[in-house]
Amino acid sequence: MNPELSPHRAGVRGGDPDLQDLYQEVILDHNRRPRNFRAFDAGRRAEGFNPLCGDRITVFLNVDNGVIRDVAFQGSGCAISKASASLMTESVKGKTLDEAQVLFERFQQMITAPADAPVESLGKLTVLAGVRQFPVRVKCASLAWHTLRAAVDARDEVVSTE
Amino acid sequence: MASVVSAPRDALNVAAIRQDFPILRQRVHGKPLVYLDNAATTQKPQAVIDALQRYYSEENANVHRGVHSLSGRATDAYDAAREDVRRFINAADAREIVFVRGTTEGINLVAQTWGRARVGAGDEIVLTEMEHHSNIVPWQILCEEKGARLRVAPITDAGELRLDELERLLNARTRLVAVAHVSNVLGTVNPVAEIVRLARARGIPVLVDGAQAVAHMPVDVQALGCDFYAFSGHKVLGPTGIGVLYGRRELLEAMPVYQGGGGQIGSVTFDRTTYAPLPYKYEAGTPNIAGVIGLAAAIDYVTGVGLDRIAAYERDLCAYATSALADVPGLRLTGTARDRASVLSFVLGDVHPHDIGTILDREGVAIRAGHHCCQPLMRRLGVPATARASLALYNTRQEIDTLVAALQRVGEVFE
Ligand SMILES: Cc1ncc(COP(=O)(O)O)c(C=O)c1O
Repeated sequence: MNPELSPHRAGVRGGDPDLQDLYQEVILDHNRRPRNFRAFDAGRRAEGFNPLCGDRITVFLNVDNGVIRDVAFQGSGCAISKASASLMTESVKGKTLDEAQVLFERFQQMITAPADAPVESLGKLTVLAGVRQFPVRVKCASLAWHTLRAAVDARDEVVSTE
Repeated sequence: MASVVSAPRDALNVAAIRQDFPILRQRVHGKPLVYLDNAATTQKPQAVIDALQRYYSEENANVHRGVHSLSGRATDAYDAAREDVRRFINAADAREIVFVRGTTEGINLVAQTWGRARVGAGDEIVLTEMEHHSNIVPWQILCEEKGARLRVAPITDAGELRLDELERLLNARTRLVAVAHVSNVLGTVNPVAEIVRLARARGIPVLVDGAQAVAHMPVDVQALGCDFYAFSGHKVLGPTGIGVLYGRRELLEAMPVYQGGGGQIGSVTFDRTTYAPLPYKYEAGTPNIAGVIGLAAAIDYVTGVGLDRIAAYERDLCAYATSALADVPGLRLTGTARDRASVLSFVLGDVHPHDIGTILDREGVAIRAGHHCCQPLMRRLGVPATARASLALYNTRQEIDTLVAALQRVGEVFE
């Protein structure tokens, strides 16, 4: 376990600190009540798919003058993918596309870093750093971000984590 | 006079069986491994591991090619394995046993040879809603190529095949019925003999996907009456990369070849090739000799334990698990067919199966979460995914208790 990871381990009682890092209260909350969980017609959209577990997500995006005015998502998936999508929408809204891209790269680095590496703060997104201890779950956390990027590019194909 | 109907044989000695599987001594995250992902692949007994080791250290040579002694020994072992497989599924003739990579290749072989020769525009292939992708996609490819179409027999909410509906799909255009013997998601044991009876009456051949059956119950292809039967070695305690396609001889004789290459030919000139007799006609190239020998060792192992005893033991364990899981708050079994074997799929409240899988793993419990290569079935069940615990002869009631305790833990995390 990495002591820097979890200031709020309230989610999991007793025992397993790595599991506590993964399922922190904030993540469970975003899973239960995902933010920006809706669809809208205007703007761009893209679909993402994780063939391993069947997670599916649609990201809706409204960009104006290079700034993300609105972003939302819908779909079904595990707690990690849902919470990650929810947190993503909150953290990129109002950002420029370039800023969002930088955030994506830093997020990707954070969740794929070695388990014992120091954790760089990424604001709210930092709660997902615990994913790094569960390499098979990294794709769950990154699906929304890959899909966001596809929406930015307004590519028409379905993105896949494979 | 000795009784033909044998008295119920003594129960299976699980403690002794577990000793035969070195991997089961392992700990995962500090907890004893509870391996409940047997429908994905089974663990291997020492006898299989030893057979592979012995083959490579003492017998390795190509088969049917050398005049030297080693090649002779490898060939003998290879041919003996085919006879073991024949006996295992009670085929009439060892020439009806074709070695392939697994269930998937077995089904593709039939689609690409028999199918391409016999299926044409407007023809139909009948499947069921519970098929694995490997018993859907090969037929879809064939149908696209030929302008034929798939017809799908529905299931009940409990996960049982609607035999009446399947029968209604059979008509003069039906070329084949392809059905799983046991569903890898629902555990449903399909009434294959009955399906064969319905199809036969109309002259329609039946292919059975036996991937989830052969490790869990005695299989007799003659009693089933099916025309093709495919299974994978790795799901019956054998190595990966080896499997079996059984085909009735008259069909195999008439079908065109699958792949072309060495080992399968009678004679070759640049004008023309004649093919070797069955089964070599379908086995182009150097085969997976070690895999075949490992498979034979696996078959020896399960037949040594006795498939009737394995079936009885697993049925009891499956019933125990079914009632133990029913006590987990919020848990719903998907698949409650009356005739069910060794597979328990479930959903737990609105917790995603992937999260269940991760939390169980921390308790040393290996299950599978996902769509299990059955996306059409997931759609029918109205769930994106399920969690699945699947049993084998070495699992115990105590392991089921560990599973249940770990599931309570999932409830705590997501309460
Ligand atoms: C019912 C069923 N059919 C087919 C297969 C495919 O087997 P294999 O991947 O060994 O070819 C599987 C295993 O995943 C299965 O469970």
